[in-house]
Amino acid sequence: MTKSAGGSAIETHAELFPHGADVGVRGIGPTRDSAFEQAALALTSAVTDPACIASQEAIEVTCEAPNDAYLLLDWLNALIYEMAVRRAVFGRFAVSIEGNRLHGRAWGEPVDRTRHKPAVEPKGATLTALEVAIRDDGAWVAQCIVDV
Amino acid sequence: MRVPAVLYGDERLIAEMDDKVLEQIGNVACLPGIVDAAYTMPDAHWGYGFPIGGVAAFDPDAGGVVSAGGVGFDISCGVRTLLTGLRRQDLEPSKEALAHSLFRTIPAGVGSTGKIVLDEIEMDRMLEGGARWAVGQGYGRAEDLDRIEERGCMPGARSEAVSPRARHRQREEMGTLGSGNHYLEVQEVTAISDDGVAAAFGLARGDLVVSIHCGSRGLGHQIGTDFLREMALAAPAHGIALPDLELACAPIRSEIGERYLGAMRAGINCALANRQILTHLTRRLFAHFFPEASLPVLFDVSHNTCKEEEHEIAGKRRRLFVHRKGATRAFGADHPELPAAFAATGQPVFIGGSMGTPSAIMVGPALRPEHAFASSCHGAGRRLSRHQALKQWRGRQVVDELRERGIIIKSPSMRGVAEEAPGAYKDSTAVVEAAHLAGLSRKVATLEPLICIKG
Repeated sequence: MTKSAGGSAIETHAELFPHGADVGVRGIGPTRDSAFEQAALALTSAVTDPACIASQEAIEVTCEAPNDAYLLLDWLNALIYEMAVRRAVFGRFAVSIEGNRLHGRAWGEPVDRTRHKPAVEPKGATLTALEVAIRDDGAWVAQCIVDV
Repeated sequence: MRVPAVLYGDERLIAEMDDKVLEQIGNVACLPGIVDAAYTMPDAHWGYGFPIGGVAAFDPDAGGVVSAGGVGFDISCGVRTLLTGLRRQDLEPSKEALAHSLFRTIPAGVGSTGKIVLDEIEMDRMLEGGARWAVGQGYGRAEDLDRIEERGCMPGARSEAVSPRARHRQREEMGTLGSGNHYLEVQEVTAISDDGVAAAFGLARGDLVVSIHCGSRGLGHQIGTDFLREMALAAPAHGIALPDLELACAPIRSEIGERYLGAMRAGINCALANRQILTHLTRRLFAHFFPEASLPVLFDVSHNTCKEEEHEIAGKRRRLFVHRKGATRAFGADHPELPAAFAATGQPVFIGGSMGTPSAIMVGPALRPEHAFASSCHGAGRRLSRHQALKQWRGRQVVDELRERGIIIKSPSMRGVAEEAPGAYKDSTAVVEAAHLAGLSRKVATLEPLICIKG
């Protein structure tokens, strides 16, 4: 937890928000990097409980985009791609953004249908409700709708 | 808006539509080259850029666009229905065993893979051949192709326009159902609304059919991802001001527009091949239980596409690019693109239910020209979000309640079942009735689920 400019605490957390047939993912944190990490955690929570994922293996992701919003889109879509081709789920993330370049790491394991009970497979992160911004309280918010 | 927006539905359906539907269809009506009107079907709900249940056509000679957002991620998602020649009483002794075997045979849910792994050469052939490629590989029969839109092979597919990532996602996903609202159901025909058309379709009350709802899997998802980004970023260079980024589009006659059309058509072929392989797996399993059941295809219709079609606008025939996002093509009788089997009736239109709710078979209108570029609805649409559904139901509870009604649900994910609970969806009856009364398509038969394999 970090203090905002106004002195209040900025809690780092991931949440889902509703969108018709699909789901919105939102990450909140004191920094842009942490908000991106939490958005990825929210993506995972649309599939399974992140707490039940073991950090057996790590992957690395690099993205480059013209602005923060597209960088978030590319980060989430890179994770969706890795989840799909590795048939894996990720429960822990680390993001470092410098300029318009993101370097990320994700720790996880192959899908275990008995233990993870995965609900849906994400098809893609969308441009709908796509936003990376600083709130009045100083917290970074990174969010978009994911088609599932 | 360049053209009006027209909403189909009864008073209650339209009143219950999310405000976002109006906003989104209004945005669609602002896109360059749009023709006649932007339409929503009676099952319309909030989507991405286009509402789900949105229909719009664009003229390439008038600067018209093709929109990756207007097709969506699940390119050519659709429904294929197979006739079984079986009756309810034929199923009962084997119902449990059949459900169990279907669940073991049909790859469904997150992380599932098919038994077919495509190398690059076969991937190209599949992307350009669709169901025709699948039949050539031994997955089905030549006569199946006459019962699939585009005769099982979408022309104009360009396999080289499909990215390495899209190909990689599809490598092990041929013949898989997917997750979410995708399903394979054994259904009973419980009511007939049009005896003549039902007979022409080979349907009678008490008959059993199999319906398969799925799409182009990871390949289509990645094509959508790739082109949404590229089109959104390129829009200013094309002089297109997007009222909503998700309406990402490009002129039909542009390098990116033509490349997307080639890739999207390859995605359609992937979906047709996928449903063909699932048909083959289903037939092989049914043959074990019911050797006399050959499971001919009634029809295969897609509901997330952009197709080049000829339509009459103000008395003039024009070649248009018709986007149907969560909407089914509904050609009427005598339409030249229909197989001979449906020349007298019009094409079958499938309206999907959800585990415990009825599905419907409809048919294209009797009179031409059809409404809304020959389109109709595709399902009921959600009433509650996934989050709300999870708060209201437990998967096991849904499975047990449906079993008491004689419906067997098989799914690898109880959370997925809860999110897809029948109560989370609107009643499709009102949607079907509205489409019927509006003349979009005509009621033929009602189907109730008996076995549902859910992804």
